Amino acid sequence: MSIFVDKNTTVVVQGITGRDGSFHAKQMLEYGTRIVAGVTPGKGGQTFEDRTPIFNTVADAVAATGANTSVIYVPPMFAADAIMEAADAGFRLIVAITEGLPVLDMTRVYPFVMEKGARLIGPNCPGLITPGQSKVGIIPGRICAPGGVGVVSRSGTLTYEVVYQLTRAGLGQSTCVGIGGDPINGTNFIDCLAAFEADPATKAVAMMGEIGGTDEQDAAAFVKQNMKKPVVGFIAGQTAPAGRRMGHAGAIISGSAGTAAEKIAAFEAAGMGVAKRPIDFVELLKKKL
Amino acid sequence: MNIHEYQAKELLRKEGVPIPPGEVARTAAEAEAIARKFGGTVVVKAQVHAGGRGKAGGVKLAKSPEEAREIASKILGMQIKGLTVEQVLVTPAADIATEAYAGVILDRATKKPVFMVSPAGGIDIEEVAAKTPDKILKLPIDTRYGLQPYQASRLGFFLYDDVKQVRTAGKVLQQLYVAFMKNGCSLAEINPLVTTPAGDVVALDAKMVIDDNELDRHPEIAALRDESAEAPSEVQARNANLTFIKLDGNVGCVVNGAGLAMATMDLVKYYGGEPANFLDIGGSSNPEKVVNALKIITADKNVKAILFNIFGGITRTDDVANGIVTATKQSPLKVPIVIRLTGTNEEIAMKILQENGFSASSDMDEAVKNAVALAKGGKAA
Repeated sequence: MSIFVDKNTTVVVQGITGRDGSFHAKQMLEYGTRIVAGVTPGKGGQTFEDRTPIFNTVADAVAATGANTSVIYVPPMFAADAIMEAADAGFRLIVAITEGLPVLDMTRVYPFVMEKGARLIGPNCPGLITPGQSKVGIIPGRICAPGGVGVVSRSGTLTYEVVYQLTRAGLGQSTCVGIGGDPINGTNFIDCLAAFEADPATKAVAMMGEIGGTDEQDAAAFVKQNMKKPVVGFIAGQTAPAGRRMGHAGAIISGSAGTAAEKIAAFEAAGMGVAKRPIDFVELLKKKL
Repeated sequence: MNIHEYQAKELLRKEGVPIPPGEVARTAAEAEAIARKFGGTVVVKAQVHAGGRGKAGGVKLAKSPEEAREIASKILGMQIKGLTVEQVLVTPAADIATEAYAGVILDRATKKPVFMVSPAGGIDIEEVAAKTPDKILKLPIDTRYGLQPYQASRLGFFLYDDVKQVRTAGKVLQQLYVAFMKNGCSLAEINPLVTTPAGDVVALDAKMVIDDNELDRHPEIAALRDESAEAPSEVQARNANLTFIKLDGNVGCVVNGAGLAMATMDLVKYYGGEPANFLDIGGSSNPEKVVNALKIITADKNVKAILFNIFGGITRTDDVANGIVTATKQSPLKVPIVIRLTGTNEEIAMKILQENGFSASSDMDEAVKNAVALAKGGKAA
């Protein structure tokens, strides 16, 4: 078992002929992900890597293949439209990798996706991977190993760092999800924590948050009330100054809200383990497994 | 992106928001001339990207053109929160009966823009929120439908009792919302929104923050960027497609990815050091980016050691290694460098570094400890 993606996940790549889309489509194919179609308007009828059919529209791709998941690599100014096209085509899961999507676009896209009943992961995220089964996005497959730790994170390379250290220490992962660093995203920590709690393959959860907003505090409250499985948390940005956006659009401390100290206190109050350094995940999780 | 008060006012004026006239001066003589033109008492206001301008002495009343000149000469060149004042806005002083707050903020929790209004205006809204939260009305807006008249009316009645003022305020709120959406804002606020003794509703101060992701489709807004109002190193970094924020420590950090960059800074602190900066070279790196990153870091005289922490996913670590080699050939480093890299093309990267006399580690903690020790004048383990 796993959450959100597994060996039955069939994927359409939106923007498969672009620079990022083609590179990562290849990586996903090499990993064994079932990429069944690509979409690039105007290139319908061609094939990708001599095997994957390309369609002009997402609707065509779904009609021809019955795929259940989309992964989006289109440029930021077209990404809102691409997400809506995917939701309208009836996908169960939409993973938006694109970075730089205007936040106001998301205020229209999010309710639309919800009304269509799809799950959106991202935007501005590395996607997700269920080691040994399916990778949808850009998380490097070779740093992961199958196992019992569910990983959920707001960042990209920090996720890789932690997963790499877990794998080196012999702690494999059930599923790793990068939910993205934007202020408005489709899937939050609580969505992932609830799914991990319900997933028999997941024995414990590693959660990496960062400064800004209240998602981590809300997640801590959820852990306290709803989770039996152990959760270990980390907050990036303990040394970040207030009022400065630390790369991610969502990583900004405004006023007194969203500080690392506030989030860590919430983790402690929820009885979660707190990793002070990325490497601390290893010992804390080993103790709980 | 932050814009100045006078620029935000211009954008609001375009939508019809009633705002008193005002002109920008870069010299005391210009300020005097503007004050003379308006006549009567004027306000001289520092134009910097910092809150608390009033408290810092950056906003002052002048009763005569001569006084405007004198005040402007004091405010121009003044430092407010580390930023130098290069411009002042000179505007006629208004007669104020009441002061209110009106703002639109992109809210993560509701995933919508949220209107916030308060009859307790003129002071920091966070202060109002902390002390008298019942004096704030919040209303999330579905951007698919926009601000509806009944919503504007509800917000207006929270501010005023007089129906005429409620209607005028409702109109102003509509205009504020249009400006917020049209210009790709993450924040647009009027504080204070005043009523005059004659009963008019007027916006006396305005602030707008633009979502950086919107700038590609709003070149006219991007052109409002005032690089003189930002730290030169941050301007240089942005032009090189790097995200850089200067801090006060002495360990210069070069990292790929915002989360890992923050975690690296935190680890520097954990091991007893102080990070000199946040620097994210981004996803698809090329050697040129690394060269630029090193230029920016080495220009900071506080930096006593440089730490690279690269986890190659999309980023190719050999690109980073080549960048380090190129940059240090162009201008040899005067401070020690510690390199940690792992991931995509790691073997090639290590070989490039070794051939050029650098050593590298694949362990993050070890690299950070060494950088902290070197910055303190000690030796690496």
